[in-house]
Amino acid sequence: MRVTVRLFARLRDITGSAEMRRDIPAGATIRTVWTELAGEFPGMAPYERSMSSALNADYARMDAEVHDGDEIAFLPPVSGG
Amino acid sequence: MTTPLFAIGPAPLALEPLVSAIAARSDGVDGAIVTFYGLVRNHNQGRRVHYLEYEAYEPLALKTFGRIDEEVRERWPGMRIALHHRTGRLEIGEASVAIVTASPHRADAFAACRYVIERVKQIVPVWKREYFEGGDVWIEGATADPNDSKARAEAERIACA
Repeated sequence: MRVTVRLFARLRDITGSAEMRRDIPAGATIRTVWTELAGEFPGMAPYERSMSSALNADYARMDAEVHDGDEIAFLPPVSGG
Repeated sequence: MTTPLFAIGPAPLALEPLVSAIAARSDGVDGAIVTFYGLVRNHNQGRRVHYLEYEAYEPLALKTFGRIDEEVRERWPGMRIALHHRTGRLEIGEASVAIVTASPHRADAFAACRYVIERVKQIVPVWKREYFEGGDVWIEGATADPNDSKARAEAERIACA
């Protein structure tokens, strides 16, 4: 199955893309997607403890299961205001 | 056109329409309206700032505004709020965030206004990139977790101090 990954701020800079598609196995979680990306872009790894994740534009835990067509987002620490 | 109470996007902010939008929803019970503008400052941590660029995950940001609204009404029943955040390039002196709160009593309206900006900084998916003399840097503040009750309690503590 295929998911969309959205990346913001510094995570976008590290990967060079704001949005990408990834094929993932059935039963995958947000963590599966993160681990794969962090392997591909080692600069992402230090964010594992500080970033937040979202599933279909709602905050979600890393153990949330993902499905075909889902949009996953990885969010570095926020700085609005 | 009616001004929405919650919005995020590149358009310049204006408090006046937000105040009108909040006032239009009053049935006469309001005793106070409090407004807040967050501005782009020309210095930060010893750096001379030239301008900022804001980026947002807009659909989640809007949902998070709604969540903050719910939290406010849980803590201050009857409080009404409006919240706009700007994205894109902002020059020194421009407003990045506008907040309006309305309630029967001024103390609650002031406290809720402070609470909203503290929560914006904690949980809204917005990032600022600072362009300063000699470089640029993404500012990274809080790890966003709306269910972190300690962060929420801290925002309330600051608001009610």
